[in-house]
Amino acid sequence: MLKGLFHRDANSSASAARERLKIILSHERTMRGQPEFLPRLQQDVLDVVKRYIAINSDQVRVQMDQHGMMSTLEINVTFPEEEISKLSS
Amino acid sequence: MAKIIVITSGKGGVGKTTSCASLGSGLALRGYKTVMIDFDVGLRNLDLVLGCERRVVYDLVNVIQGEASLHQALIRDKRADDLFMLPASQTRDKDALTLEGVDQVIQALSMDFDYILCDSPAGIERGAQLAMYFADEAVLVTNPEVSSVRDTDRIIGLLQAKTQAAKNGGKVKEHLLLTRYNSQRVAEGEMLSLEDVQDILSVPLMGLIPESESVLKASNKGIPVIHEEGTDASIAYKDAVARLLGEEVPLKFVEPEKTGFLNRMFGGRK
Repeated sequence: MLKGLFHRDANSSASAARERLKIILSHERTMRGQPEFLPRLQQDVLDVVKRYIAINSDQVRVQMDQHGMMSTLEINVTFPEEEISKLSS
Repeated sequence: MAKIIVITSGKGGVGKTTSCASLGSGLALRGYKTVMIDFDVGLRNLDLVLGCERRVVYDLVNVIQGEASLHQALIRDKRADDLFMLPASQTRDKDALTLEGVDQVIQALSMDFDYILCDSPAGIERGAQLAMYFADEAVLVTNPEVSSVRDTDRIIGLLQAKTQAAKNGGKVKEHLLLTRYNSQRVAEGEMLSLEDVQDILSVPLMGLIPESESVLKASNKGIPVIHEEGTDASIAYKDAVARLLGEEVPLKFVEPEKTGFLNRMFGGRK
């Protein structure tokens, strides 16, 4: 009963639900409308890069965007500092 | 031409069929000729909630496959003269529903009815997509709970991509129906609030149905809860119907009831 008087604080389970939903839905909404081959394309890019550099699947990001008449395919590969220094040596 | 409304949610068990039965009954009580189609092939349930399960002879698939006429398959509700329902098939495989078949049935019903309510199965598969395909409007039945809100968001994505309206460059009009709302738990920070859900989904609110004992009692008896005069759920569904018809109705059941000390101690049950 007393809890009700103090209203909804930031530690309430409802606010945890709200924050978690906001994060996951904003991610899922960007994935929406993306072509179905994109995950496979991402996997192929990953496999090719892996032949040369040790990376994980979360280091490759493939995204398709549409701006009016033009679509862009964006491929981002990030890798840790030590990998870069190994490469340049 | 009838207005076609899909009752959908993605997640199961949030109250699609319960809501469909009450919204359909409400529209009929307001004088609109309404037909409800149960799209849940294999898991027919709208007949039970309406209390007409023993009168089912033919179903949607029989009609699509030409084994029965629409006239033979439609069941008239015993409480509202303007309400009919077309049951889902119980036994056949889900592929029995075809887009062309559903199109024909809906077009034929469009001639005679003001409203066609499509009670969608749970999920995002074929059955759910067929139920929403021809819709002009969608009622998004959602519980104030993480998985339900997420699934509703998923369904919104499908409504905006996989419907006839979307393919013709239009938009299915979306309505949020928040069900099983417990304003006491919301006040205690244990449940997502109406404001939270609206903020996340950005869909105009059509109704807020409080969590209520009367819903289960009514479905036990096979009576759409909107007929249980005076119960909170009945009041809330009647308001939702009014909003669906474009009327402005103040929102009820958002704040917890202010009950006296004794009532709180001994439970003021309705």
